[in-house]
Amino acid sequence: MILYIIRRLLAAVGLVVVLSMITFAIFYLMPRLAGASPETLATRYVGRSSTGATVEQRAESLGFYDPVPVQYWNWLKGVLFGTDVSTGADTVRCPAPCLGYSFKTQDPVLPEILDRLPVSFSLAIGAAVIWLVLGVSIGVLSALKRGSFFDRAAMTLALAGVSLPIFWTGLLALSIFSYQLGWTPPGGSYTPFSESPLDWAFALLLPWVTLALLFSAQYARLTRAGMLETMSEDYIRTARAKGLPERTVVAKHGLRGALTPIVTIFGLDFGLLIGSAVLTESVFGLPGLGALAVDSTRNNDLPMVLGVVLLVAVFVAVANLVVDLLYAVIDPRVRTR
Amino acid sequence: MTADPEAVVAGESHIQGRSLSQIAWSRLRRDKVALTGAVFIVFLVLLAVFAPLVTRVWGGEPNAYHQDLVNPALGGIPYGAWGGMSWEHPMGVETVNGRDIFSRVVYGARISLLIAILATALSVVIGTTVGVISGFFGGWVDAVLSRLMDVFLAFPLLVFAIALSGVMPDQAFGLSGLRLDLTLLIFIIGFFSWPYLGRIVRGQTISLREREYVEAARSLGARWPYILRTELLPNLLAPILVYATLIIPTNILFEAALSFLGVGVPPPTASWGGMLADAVKFYTVPHFMFWPGLAIFLTVLSFNLLGDGLRDAFDPKSSR
Repeated sequence: MILYIIRRLLAAVGLVVVLSMITFAIFYLMPRLAGASPETLATRYVGRSSTGATVEQRAESLGFYDPVPVQYWNWLKGVLFGTDVSTGADTVRCPAPCLGYSFKTQDPVLPEILDRLPVSFSLAIGAAVIWLVLGVSIGVLSALKRGSFFDRAAMTLALAGVSLPIFWTGLLALSIFSYQLGWTPPGGSYTPFSESPLDWAFALLLPWVTLALLFSAQYARLTRAGMLETMSEDYIRTARAKGLPERTVVAKHGLRGALTPIVTIFGLDFGLLIGSAVLTESVFGLPGLGALAVDSTRNNDLPMVLGVVLLVAVFVAVANLVVDLLYAVIDPRVRTR
Repeated sequence: MTADPEAVVAGESHIQGRSLSQIAWSRLRRDKVALTGAVFIVFLVLLAVFAPLVTRVWGGEPNAYHQDLVNPALGGIPYGAWGGMSWEHPMGVETVNGRDIFSRVVYGARISLLIAILATALSVVIGTTVGVISGFFGGWVDAVLSRLMDVFLAFPLLVFAIALSGVMPDQAFGLSGLRLDLTLLIFIIGFFSWPYLGRIVRGQTISLREREYVEAARSLGARWPYILRTELLPNLLAPILVYATLIIPTNILFEAALSFLGVGVPPPTASWGGMLADAVKFYTVPHFMFWPGLAIFLTVLSFNLLGDGLRDAFDPKSSR
């Protein structure tokens, strides 16, 4: 078991490293391959009326003259051990998980990201609770009453649900519930949980429901398929033959087996959602990580984008790790292996 | 007995392949829901192909401004009910600019389908190649490629796609302007949507690799390119067809999302996502955002219905 955990941990670290390398390549290598010189890259980060000398100086201070692997190594060193950054006159120490300084605002990246994290996390956690409860229960009921009116109606709705573009449902919901009816707060409102949990939930209700609608549809389909498969397994027949009540058979034997693939996908979805709920955040004007990533991309603020992607990669890796460990708890068949 | 081993093997797989598609076709014909999806797709394709003819009757030029149809006193809201619906403008006109919404939706279908289908073709090529190689050769090749697919599935795709379209230069590969933007979009979308298909093809290849007829071909001295071409690929066509049909709607949503975020199809070219982005500024006039969103929804739903129907039709275990 310990060996298993260590192996999964190494895989998680590997995933983070590979993702950061690919991101780095996209931002630092692709423009070079497309024919941009260090100076043309640096002109994006100096004032409009700057001379060639300032541009070269800026390119030098951003490290654009170094080969890309060296730039990556310097960045990685900063993340692992911290680094000294010269901001013109004086030198500032950037401690251990140093994700660098924004090319645009010159502020350190990490505090900005940590500032946005609670928003994205709030969005993801609330939506996840709704979609797990809704999706899994609809899926189980559909599978148990296979072919019934409920099953057919639920699956038709679910297929419609996965086909809905989230930026459309979000806009329509905002237009109807906020602007026409005035039931929910307008877009762009967010109250931190620590200030007022009630306002926090109220402001996030519409984004939660919109996001959860899409995911519950997906999870209902998955759960139904999984349940149909496990309920025809031999061990279900054994459980029934033992004389267990049907509720126990469904909950403890059927659902448990069907949950494994769902938990896998949930880990991935949840980890990804924290950094890439770009559309929901942009529609509802939430100042989260996804919005930060998009804004930074538009500003060519490479360290910021890199920071967000790295954080998302860490979340995905951690979520996957937790999921792998959860397997053993959920599915008795994994434990015996 | 002048039995040519190749003829026997090829003949057998031929008969089997045809009978499966015959079963699938007869099942699909009875699946009214899937057929509805197929009919809508055909309708949409015709609409896209004949867009110039259709818009000559309704709507007119997609980029023509009709400022006489909007009320400048009310911030550019169209005159008349339902966003200025009329015979000439069946879906009304845009706020402020007064461009015809129907005509833009029709031209948007062109862009949307073109990008989604070409991007899907690209991801089918990549996904099939990687999946077959991974499944067929196994060992460390499989380990590396499977890891690669895992990494791709763990990507914050949208953020990456946005990033990629951001760092691309204005001129590349001898293309520029709209052509370059569309080509890049197709490549970005296709490049990020293959791992799903890759995994399925890999799984199928692994299960096919151990079948008796592959064993037979191998023992008769067939080399791997022959086995791949004659024994495996024909049997992979059904799952590839099914999942390609299911990737198209994801790609339509992907393109719409990128255009919505302003990094997809550049204005003034009509695209559904771009229309929604325009409509955001006028949330008090919901009709503007209603039509392009409905177009996305119905198109994606139709492809999903057809794909689901195809999967059920080709699935030997399906009891429906």
